[in-house]
Amino acid sequence: MSVTADDVRRIARLARLAEPEDRVDALVGELNGILNWIEQLNEVDVEGVQAMTTPVAFPLPMRKDEVTDGGIRDKVLANAPKSDEGFFVVPKSVE
Amino acid sequence: MRTMSDLLKLSLTDVSAKLKAKEVSASELATEAVKACKAAQPALNAFTAFDEDKTQAMAKAADARLAKGEGGLLEGVPLAIKDLFAVEGVDTSASSNILKGFKPTYESTVTSKLWGKGAVFVAKTSMDEFAMGSSNETANTGPVVNPWKAAGGNESLTPGGSSGGSAAAVAADLCFGATGTDTGGSIRQPASFTGTVGVKGTYGRTSRWGVVAFASSLDHPGPFAKTVKDSAMMLQAMSGHDPKDSTSLPNEVPDFVAACGQSVKGLKIGVPKEYRVDGMPAEIDDAWQKGIDWLKAAGCEIVDISLPHTKYALPAYYIVAPAEASSNLARYDGMRYGNRVDGPDLNGTYENTRGAGFGHEVQRRIMIGTYVLSAGYYDAYYLRAQKVRTRILQDFHDAFDKVDAILTPSAPSAAFALGSKSDDPIAMYLNDVFTVTANLAGVPAMSVPAGLDSSGLPLGLQVITRALDEETMFKVGAALEDSAGFTHKAAKWW
Repeated sequence: MSVTADDVRRIARLARLAEPEDRVDALVGELNGILNWIEQLNEVDVEGVQAMTTPVAFPLPMRKDEVTDGGIRDKVLANAPKSDEGFFVVPKSVE
Repeated sequence: MRTMSDLLKLSLTDVSAKLKAKEVSASELATEAVKACKAAQPALNAFTAFDEDKTQAMAKAADARLAKGEGGLLEGVPLAIKDLFAVEGVDTSASSNILKGFKPTYESTVTSKLWGKGAVFVAKTSMDEFAMGSSNETANTGPVVNPWKAAGGNESLTPGGSSGGSAAAVAADLCFGATGTDTGGSIRQPASFTGTVGVKGTYGRTSRWGVVAFASSLDHPGPFAKTVKDSAMMLQAMSGHDPKDSTSLPNEVPDFVAACGQSVKGLKIGVPKEYRVDGMPAEIDDAWQKGIDWLKAAGCEIVDISLPHTKYALPAYYIVAPAEASSNLARYDGMRYGNRVDGPDLNGTYENTRGAGFGHEVQRRIMIGTYVLSAGYYDAYYLRAQKVRTRILQDFHDAFDKVDAILTPSAPSAAFALGSKSDDPIAMYLNDVFTVTANLAGVPAMSVPAGLDSSGLPLGLQVITRALDEETMFKVGAALEDSAGFTHKAAKWW
């Protein structure tokens, strides 16, 4: 499988990355280089093999459904690019 | 007369004894460490942030505890922290422009465990951006320079990556230990390149909470240190269950320090034939053979083994890691933290923020990850890679039916010149060919300095053991260290 310039533009859009047009050709080459190299995985027989989820099996821990943290509004907002009156300020997203 | 700067050359174990005996105070030591780091910074570029008020306050508190004879395992010991760990109130940017100026209002679990044992913060260390790299060249503050230089040469070498700043800081005797993270080899490869000891425990042994996420199923926080025993003390302090990380192991943490120096007699050591790769310098092979001979002489039985899926580990990694990274790094949208670059609309703002904030290597990996997870490709790429990962784990299970530990080289070369591989992503990725298997399988692994090559550059050997059996790893690591007698240091030029 190989990607085209249009694929690169589509992937960049999906990933929410502004890629300048003059980077697209280079990215086509780089991504195809990596994807072709990855193709060798097709040699491996994975028939009936389970996908790995964790190296050391133990039951996922459960905890009580209760509030254990909070009341730290100012800490949460401390690194916001824009905030006002205790709120995050974000670009308008609904007309 | 012993000067303060000589003290920085001591091991963590030895300086700890001096602190407990009150031959030196934590405050004096911290002042000296910060001074040494700052003096080295123009040459090595290993650090991204200092906070002297914090350092002094922590050292003073350590002195107060030491005065009362209450010191913890690392009481008063100055440590450097990879810029991937959240340290409250100190710039934590993962060496990325998108997080430039980010000051966490919380502390990572690993660093809070270290501070809880009395360690003192000295500096944040530079790294490849978001830990994506093997040479520290993708850091937004420029490459770290290895304290080591080839004999007779003056070329700047890479300290390895991604934890290059931490490796350089320990190698140059600027602190007594440092934290790193290892997703594909990011502790063990820089340790090999700098003549330091680098360790990652079993996946889940150390908590990932408060560590900037790269690839969650592969990320292992761990230590750099000057000796195997020092690294055991560090890992001991960093490990333990954390309810804030659902993959944190609930198991008791064994006594890693006690394992160092125990006899290796009768242990079966596996030597995998697949780790003899084409084009590997003969000196790496020689170092490996020396390691085999040392362990044989110490009473180990050497067993030839096969890990047949080794060659598929890197390609599998370059699906799994970018896929998880593309998902983890989706959080950097310029809304709640990080730097925002406005665009014509909301999507435009996202795209400009991420286009400007991430460097080329990070963008490349996000794009690979986005592609392999996109509609129609999930089964062909991600699911297949996770199945190959099961094969790799099975290789280790089969090997550990026959042997107690596996011995390999840590990296396929010694430290290389900065700039020599940065144009070829796959050549760069091949640096991790020996280390990445242990991340995919989640098993403990460490790099121990074994000797110098003909250019006078350090080479490391890797010890891999069963999941949860770090004790055997430390036993074998300490035996190698003992036989290697590696006391070389980079000649000071910085």
